Amino acid sequence: MKRIQSKISTKSPTFKENYEVNKQLLREFQERLEKIKSGGPESHRKRHIERGKMLVRDRIKYLCDANTPFLEFSSFAAWDMYDNMAPCAGIVTGIGVIKGRECMIVANDATVKGGTYFPMTIKKHVRAQEIALQNHLPCIYLVDSGGIFLPYQSETFPDKEHFGRIFYNQAQMSALGIPQIAVVMGSCTAGGAYVPAMSDETIMVRNQATIFIGGPPLVKAATGEVVTDEELGGADVHCKISGVSDHYAQNDQHALEIARNIVENFEKQRKFDIGRIAPEDPYYDPDEIFGIVPKNVRTPYDVKEVIARIVDGSRFQEFKELYGTTLVTGFARIMGYPVGILANNGVLFSESSLKGAHFIELCAIRKIPLIFLQNITGFIVGKIYEHGGIARDGAKLVHAVANAQVPKFTIIIGASNGAGNYAMCGRAYNPRMLFMWPNSRISVMGGEQAADVLTQVKVQQSVQSGKKLTEEEIEEIRKPILEKYEMEASPYYSSARLWDDGIINPIDTRTILALGIDCALNKPIEEHRFGVFRM
Amino acid sequence: MKRKITKILVANRSEIACRIIRACKELGITSVAVYSEADTKALHTQLADESYFIGPAPALQSYLNMDKIIQIAIEAGCEAIHPGYGFLAENSVFNKKVRDSGLIFIGPNPESMSLLGSKVRSRVTMIEADVPVIPGMRGSSKNIDEFISYAEKMGFPVLIKSSAGGGGKGMRIVHSIDELSSAVESAIRESLSAFGSDEVYLEKYLESPRHVEFQVAADHYGNAVYLFERECSIQRRHQKIIEETPSPVMDPELRVKMGNTAVKVIKTANYDNIGTVEFLVDKDKNFYFLEVNARVQVEHPITEETTGVDLVKLQISIAEGNELPFKQDDLSQNGHSIECRIYAEDAENNFLPSSGKILYLKEPTGPGIRFDSGIYQGVEVPVFYDPILAKLIVKAENREQARKKMIEALKNCVILGVKTPIKFMIDVLEHPEFIKGNTYTDFIQKNMKTEIINEELMRIIIASTAVYEMNRKTIDIITSEAEMPSPWLTIGSWEI
Repeated sequence: MKRIQSKISTKSPTFKENYEVNKQLLREFQERLEKIKSGGPESHRKRHIERGKMLVRDRIKYLCDANTPFLEFSSFAAWDMYDNMAPCAGIVTGIGVIKGRECMIVANDATVKGGTYFPMTIKKHVRAQEIALQNHLPCIYLVDSGGIFLPYQSETFPDKEHFGRIFYNQAQMSALGIPQIAVVMGSCTAGGAYVPAMSDETIMVRNQATIFIGGPPLVKAATGEVVTDEELGGADVHCKISGVSDHYAQNDQHALEIARNIVENFEKQRKFDIGRIAPEDPYYDPDEIFGIVPKNVRTPYDVKEVIARIVDGSRFQEFKELYGTTLVTGFARIMGYPVGILANNGVLFSESSLKGAHFIELCAIRKIPLIFLQNITGFIVGKIYEHGGIARDGAKLVHAVANAQVPKFTIIIGASNGAGNYAMCGRAYNPRMLFMWPNSRISVMGGEQAADVLTQVKVQQSVQSGKKLTEEEIEEIRKPILEKYEMEASPYYSSARLWDDGIINPIDTRTILALGIDCALNKPIEEHRFGVFRM
Repeated sequence: MKRKITKILVANRSEIACRIIRACKELGITSVAVYSEADTKALHTQLADESYFIGPAPALQSYLNMDKIIQIAIEAGCEAIHPGYGFLAENSVFNKKVRDSGLIFIGPNPESMSLLGSKVRSRVTMIEADVPVIPGMRGSSKNIDEFISYAEKMGFPVLIKSSAGGGGKGMRIVHSIDELSSAVESAIRESLSAFGSDEVYLEKYLESPRHVEFQVAADHYGNAVYLFERECSIQRRHQKIIEETPSPVMDPELRVKMGNTAVKVIKTANYDNIGTVEFLVDKDKNFYFLEVNARVQVEHPITEETTGVDLVKLQISIAEGNELPFKQDDLSQNGHSIECRIYAEDAENNFLPSSGKILYLKEPTGPGIRFDSGIYQGVEVPVFYDPILAKLIVKAENREQARKKMIEALKNCVILGVKTPIKFMIDVLEHPEFIKGNTYTDFIQKNMKTEIINEELMRIIIASTAVYEMNRKTIDIITSEAEMPSPWLTIGSWEI
């Protein structure tokens, strides 16, 4: 394959300026991440350790093989929500390697409000299960939770994707032969009790883990019976009397070792063969991405410069290089895996949409995973385009994206607006994973446009009621809209609400994609099947 | 006084530290390594039973930090310290400090070490004991007239040497009287900066001599033996790179004569461990005492291969207070052994040290091949220390067989990531003069081309290699996905 010829000058003032701005965004991301990774308040962590318990991230580290990667999801869940009570939404989820097998790990952080479930905690837990289901990953639940955070019961309890979904997913996965293992390392009360109860195998830590449908206060209120936690649902009870648990652990470490031993006996993961070759580092330094990506998300640039810093050997076999040039399509390798890449180089026209749909068909038929590098303000607008049927051609692309059965991965590397988000495999189109770069912006339309549209509506209303707005009055309408869009377009706002699977360091894109593709191959890629393309 | 050693601190790094740690393991002795900031991932750090951090990368703050090393040895519960070679190995102050703190220093007593450490004092002592030395001044001097009168008496060329020196530092060859005074001054300056001593002296310079040394061993009970010679004439920048035993110059009569002289030297110095007595041998097979290396030598393995004696274990045994387990008559030489030192250095650029990461390592294997290594694939070679990576040693029935075996072994030794003189050493071993055994200390200077290959030639070489590779049938090492580990297993520790 031919190597992309980079035209970037790392000495140019623009490059240096971009580099500074983007590195600053990265530092902000890393500092924030560092902070939330520590979990709950200092006092709570101290107490947790004094009880002889390991902190949640130490548990995960101990559980996983030494010197292996951990692909964490949605660290920024609940960021700037719930008065910032719930860093990481009180739960850590991610894929780690245990005895050489990739496993989904879902671990409560008891230092965050006792590990209770906020609405975003549930969303994060369910999303982790969804990833496990799609990629056939055994699930290990490190349970240390007081159940639902009661003040938010209405947003956590009854709906389809609420608390009950967790156990539904466990049952479904178990039926598909995806192992479900619970390690109970703290409380596990009421509904939460079903996590271990619904698991294939369960471990409990003595004098520390408890499982009960109703805790001692509830028992006393209901029947007058007075019991301690331990008598009601400790490890001794469940391992020796009730049979709710299968393995008896002396402490956290012991429990995690048992879990590792359990995983050792799982069926070995067999990878679907898509013809991987020996990996090759990119020819161009990925660090240069920081100088390439413009400091202003609206400034156009050639996305091939980014592709050159992600793919093996910076080699790219471009498809329809001269046609519909606002969408770049082509084949490349990432750590040896073949991939098809779609990346934006401007707004989508009819031609670029048709090209995209054609390319997706190629990949679906050849069973090549798809990567979407999203930097899109939307489809072209205007009379001649509507007459030309842009909606019809756009629909073809959306249809192809929706029905492509190959694993899809989306990285939002810049703007993500309007139907462009859909055409480029936004969250609703079921990419296996979706990550955002720290510079990315996501909203239905750009703040400026939204402000213009809304202001125009107001001005028209005023005109109809016979009033003419002054310049200041118009500005007063505009300003709050701009500010709201500015705030809500932030990747942190998105990540907090799980519109994505996390914010990442752009340099890690290649690593994350390789890990993601490898996970996806735990399940065979299905035959292609498309519906009716509007012609 | 006998004292059993159960735990040893190895105050060194790289291949020699690994060599000593392996000996400890074989003896059931617990080994303790120390490492600097630059060596956290070094092989010796990983190989030892216990490893302790001693300080920043510069040697003065780590491997030369006497008090820290002794403190660690005591705290770790060691009975003894093995200094290896280089660093503190021949530092009599350290030697004494170790003993004063109640530990065993694996090496000779400090008095003997201090005597032999001074070239001037040892020279005087040996002259008194009737040991032949190179004609020259009896002691150091600052009086330039004294240098002139001696030089004229012996005839040029003459050699100016630092009394404290080694490794060619503070050494000047002077061919005429005009150069003499400036050479003395610069030798003093260099000696001061390198060794902190301004003592220099003058001796006769032997042209094209051979460097022949004798391995010796002595215990605390007056027993002393020699374990035969090593020929170390192939040197670059006054440092040996290829050594062999037996020496091509040696005959049985000379061997006994030199061996007995070597024993006399160490008895005179009241020496009590293993050591090496260095001689220069001129064209007429006259030999002159040069100095004693009061430690284990880099090139000790070739003696081990031909005598069957494990010298490092012998060092420990002597230090424990045991008698030598053999008499002179029990010892004999068997076969021929050659050692090549593999340094991280650029043979095409005046042997300048090279540093970096070992990207790929293939160790040569096979019968009669020994690879004493301080590296592994993936390790960084730091810039701070002597750039030795490993030593390749072969043993065969005779010199020619050993030479051929070494060439094959060098061809099968692949070290990528840093420059090594492997190719250069093959050229030396294939040189007609080497084959004939005409090995003199100026061998490389006279016979080898060490400057940078000219660019035009390099271009032709690259182009022809490219053509050759293009037409060659290659075997794909990776034939199926099953043989390629998943990124989950290759990326290593990583998180978002």
